[in-house]
Amino acid sequence: MDDYEVVMGARGDRRLTATDYIQRMIPDFTEFHGDRLCGDDRAVIAGIGSIQGMPVTVIGIEKGKNTQERIRRNFGSAHPEGYRKSLRLMQQAAKFHRPVLCIVDTAGAFCGVDAEEHGQGRAIADNLYTMADLPTPILSLIIGEGGSGGALALCHSDCIWMMEDAYFSVVSPESCANILWKSTEKAAEAASALSLTAAKLRRAGLIDRVCANDERKSLAAEIAAEFARLSEMPAAELLEARYRRFRKVGY
Amino acid sequence: MDLKKLFLKANNEPEGGSAFLRMRSISCRECGKKMSVARVRKNDFVCPECGRYMTVRARRRILMLTDKRSFTELDREMESRNILGFPDYEEKLAAAQEKSREREGVICGTATIEGHRCAVFAMDANFMMGSMGSVVGEKITRLFEYATARKLPVIGVTVSGGARMQEGMFSLLQMSKVSAAVRRHSNGGNLYIVLLTDPTTGGVDASFAMQGDITLAEPGARIGFAGPRVIEKSLKQQLPKDFQRAERVLDCGFVDAIVPRSEQKQYIAKLLLLHGM
Repeated sequence: MDDYEVVMGARGDRRLTATDYIQRMIPDFTEFHGDRLCGDDRAVIAGIGSIQGMPVTVIGIEKGKNTQERIRRNFGSAHPEGYRKSLRLMQQAAKFHRPVLCIVDTAGAFCGVDAEEHGQGRAIADNLYTMADLPTPILSLIIGEGGSGGALALCHSDCIWMMEDAYFSVVSPESCANILWKSTEKAAEAASALSLTAAKLRRAGLIDRVCANDERKSLAAEIAAEFARLSEMPAAELLEARYRRFRKVGY
Repeated sequence: MDLKKLFLKANNEPEGGSAFLRMRSISCRECGKKMSVARVRKNDFVCPECGRYMTVRARRRILMLTDKRSFTELDREMESRNILGFPDYEEKLAAAQEKSREREGVICGTATIEGHRCAVFAMDANFMMGSMGSVVGEKITRLFEYATARKLPVIGVTVSGGARMQEGMFSLLQMSKVSAAVRRHSNGGNLYIVLLTDPTTGGVDASFAMQGDITLAEPGARIGFAGPRVIEKSLKQQLPKDFQRAERVLDCGFVDAIVPRSEQKQYIAKLLLLHGM
């Protein structure tokens, strides 16, 4: 499978979505709505539940399973309201000492007039700024698409894990090819140059773990174990490690 | 669109690039009028005919905002490498260095502004459209760390098309890296003033451009996350005329004030004074 096929596969409409992962790992998941500012974004699912008996806060970007559902979920492209809902619940998680699990699957943050005028840039910036200092463990799991800033907004975490057939990229291969070579036909070339697969990102040290699809059954146990390990760290140490994690990227 | 405008656009690089050095006169991209470079320079690179704000290179920007001879540059030598072996990236870097006369897309250092000591950074539109790669992210992060350790305010001038594609995820993660450094600077009780200039978009808009204690903008500057063409194309809708312009962004609640170029230094000095810096 070449890198562009990975991207196409990650976009596939028969893939498991965030809801599937939540149902399998967090049977008592309870969803909460709204950003308490102006709305509720259905592209972002957020709530609490327990993973292997451990209470956690869960944020997921949900694409939907069928056409109707996908429209309701805006195809998994969040508005600022979605990021603000995620931030509200992450801050609540810190208050109650719950770890945060972010399940990421998005082509990118939504591009539209309302999204811009409600502060898409500010919403993402706020997530990065606040998560950098959130005194509770955060684990991000990219299950399909990790599209640029819209995915990054849920990845300022202690660990970034990726399913083996997911991707995480600064830009979509099509846009990249279009901008650089004025042709979307070179998307495959762009995909390979962008180094966006789980294996390549792991090798570059940018993500922490590649999860095989056939180990999905044990994923809940592994996440719970990681949270247990991170929860033992004093908050200052946890935040210092998180700072170092991003501090060393590049140069 | 009128043809004359299109022609001018195609032939004009952002003012202040290396080609600018060889020119005696330029035509304004907006009104099309021809004028001497000296006249434009004297007017702080604002078109004396129509008032359009032209692009200012980072080094001049710092001169405009800080006290004469007060600027000391930090991390001047840092240069980008082609981390991913991305096609044609070395050539692009070389062309950007030639065009901008800088090693990378941001200049960092310390200076005084009407006597107030601060850390400053200014991005350069002539360097791959101010895109943020690892070196840009690293230099700004180091500046915030430097300022945190010395309890200095940071004054930043942004201009950027976003994260630099040629460095893939290394670029995107610079947003996280800089944001964390901005947060630490803030936790130390330090002031960060950011001045958004045309254009401030993409990954820079979605990180340190939107994390200032005080957010200023230049008149007419484009400020936004997604490019207007992307939105127009994906939504097939005509955008409002002032969409993503500083004035509109202020109305939407994301900018504290729009400050004309001629008043910026004074304005920032006043803010520094009010913060007891």
